[in-house]
Amino acid sequence: MSSIPSGPRPKYLTVGRIGMYCFILVCALFFLMPLYVMVITSLKDMDEIRAANILNLPKELSFYSWPKAWSQACTGFVCEGLKPGFFNSIKITVPSVIVSVGLSAINGYALAFWRFKGAYFFFGLCMFGAFIPYQVMVYPLLKIEDALGIYSTLPGIILVHTIFGMPILTLIFRNFYVSLPIDLFKAARIDGGNFIKIFLYVIIPMSAPITIVAVILQVTGIWNDFLLGLVFAGRDNQPMTVQLNNIVQVDYGVAEYNVDMSATILTSLVPLFVYFISGRWFVRGIAAGAIKG
Amino acid sequence: MKSSVEVKNISFSYGKTEILNDLSLDIKEGEFMVLLGPSGCGKTTLLNCIAGLLDLTDGQIWIEDDNVTWKEPKDRHIGMVFQSYALYPSMTVEKNLSFGLRMMGTAKDLINEKIKKAANLLQINELLKRKPSQLSGGQRQRVAIGRALVRDAKVFLFDEPLSNLDAKLRAELRYEIKKLHRDLSNTMIYVTHDQIEAMTLADRISVMKDGLIQQLDTPKQIYNKPANLFVAGFIGSPSMNFLNAKFDKSNQNIIVGNKQIDISKYENINNMINDQKVVFGIRPENINIEKNENSIQCKVELVEPMGADTLVWTSIEGNPISIRLEGSSNFNLNDEINISFDINKSSIFDSKSEERI
Ligand SMILES: Nc1ncnc2c1ncn2[C@@H]1O[C@H](COP(=O)(O)OP(=O)(O)O)[C@@H](O)[C@H]1O
Ligand SMILES: [Mg+2]
Repeated sequence: MSSIPSGPRPKYLTVGRIGMYCFILVCALFFLMPLYVMVITSLKDMDEIRAANILNLPKELSFYSWPKAWSQACTGFVCEGLKPGFFNSIKITVPSVIVSVGLSAINGYALAFWRFKGAYFFFGLCMFGAFIPYQVMVYPLLKIEDALGIYSTLPGIILVHTIFGMPILTLIFRNFYVSLPIDLFKAARIDGGNFIKIFLYVIIPMSAPITIVAVILQVTGIWNDFLLGLVFAGRDNQPMTVQLNNIVQVDYGVAEYNVDMSATILTSLVPLFVYFISGRWFVRGIAAGAIKG
Repeated sequence: MKSSVEVKNISFSYGKTEILNDLSLDIKEGEFMVLLGPSGCGKTTLLNCIAGLLDLTDGQIWIEDDNVTWKEPKDRHIGMVFQSYALYPSMTVEKNLSFGLRMMGTAKDLINEKIKKAANLLQINELLKRKPSQLSGGQRQRVAIGRALVRDAKVFLFDEPLSNLDAKLRAELRYEIKKLHRDLSNTMIYVTHDQIEAMTLADRISVMKDGLIQQLDTPKQIYNKPANLFVAGFIGSPSMNFLNAKFDKSNQNIIVGNKQIDISKYENINNMINDQKVVFGIRPENINIEKNENSIQCKVELVEPMGADTLVWTSIEGNPISIRLEGSSNFNLNDEINISFDINKSSIFDSKSEERI
């Protein structure tokens, strides 16, 4: 008795599949090349960098550029490395992320469930806000902050990041909440929840995936920001990116490429770390928000 | 008897689309009221208006002699059960049950006591520590009913609570809901599009269509004396047979094509006028196979054995007619049969107004 075909279908390596792997490999190499150059350059000393090809592996490993970038390199007149910038960036990022994500979640919740008068207008406003280039608003904002007396201060830069983050985050949260079953909200209202209680006890516990997406977007966006930090943070609160720029753009002496590379890698560690620990959640959250709304 | 829920001339619109218009409904204390109607006729909308989840455009809602028209859902002494269960996914069954009480700031001991009582009543004791995702559909709906129970609601609102369950579970839970009503004797308002549920559960049924109440009466009355053509066709499965006919006053006959049916025994025959165009309706079980002076001869066209009953299909002047017979009856295709109608159990409607005569 001929019983073929039967059972699981055998897996063949098709031409399409091979092509796909090749494509993925090329992409990976393309994006890894700069990282490769950065890492090996940071591990060479200056003589070797000047002497040899940029792609060659270091003959002798030298690690001195790393501590130098962290705590000794000169950023303008002071030579304390990136360390102060790192802590400034933390001081800017943490409150900005908490405030902008928290407020956006409440806004999105109100837009999705409480259908107040003018909700559609507000929704349109968010769309608008999310898509105008923020450079347009830098100067007016600067004037406003100046008038409020918070220009060039930590609260000043936190406020700016919160303002620029909220339109898009509000949309993201609103779309996620619209996709939740409305009956849950109705049940909670009958069970005695008011605006705040329903948000705290029913909505927030279901918001994990979308909150993770929002946090990732904000952490990377704020950490990587250069322009707003340069304009609004003030000399005492310059974020890591601004100090990195100061290290790389030396006005006198010789350029130390190994220190530059170490400093660059150090600066990008936080967003990289965030992506690595949360990539899975990120995809899941995006998908959850994207299906409906 | 005292009223429990009074819906007074309410209107509701979604934007410009009017869903309910000047609808009134008076539900007695302890009554099991079923809102029955096809999908999209506004049952859920009406229930949500009663619950306070939608704002009326006009009219009033009274619950237990209290005008609650502008009150929040939580202040209306109601409990509600949804088709989608709507259990809070992040909370255990126990937390789901206690959520309303916790929101009201009820004392811990009292909460535990009430949960125990509800859990016993619904046999969900073993499930208290589980999350909703770890429950079957039937278990979820039990928990949802329990959540309404613990709140000591005066009125229970059910929105198609059994529609997502399979047939066996549906029958089981239907029985339990009926028992619950017998034991608690709260007022219950129950929305469904399933006429079996409506017939079995209701003290009174209000049949709805396009946001209007077509008939409000006991299941028996609605089944035996449907108020109009829509109700007659909607209630009953297999559904009522209809024949378009003309009334002949002198012979007390209705004429279908070239066949005549004697309706002299029809209760309201005096309200009919000569040559009036009517629709003659007769339920499949009110047709007998017997030969007499009034019987009509026709042919068996299809036989559907259904276990307890057998449905025999034939036709009169091209109109299909189904006849409900005992399961043991034996007919074959193309058999010649003579059928006669139980005229006092028939319904006759005016063709134009579609109202019962
Ligand atoms: N959120 C909504 N916005 C606009 N129209 C709606 C909305 N919900 C329901 N409707 C409309 O209202 C009518 C009645 O709906 P509903 O009360 O849900 O009917 P039922 O529960 O009887 O199936 C339907 O025609 C439906 O399309
Ligand atoms: Mg409905």
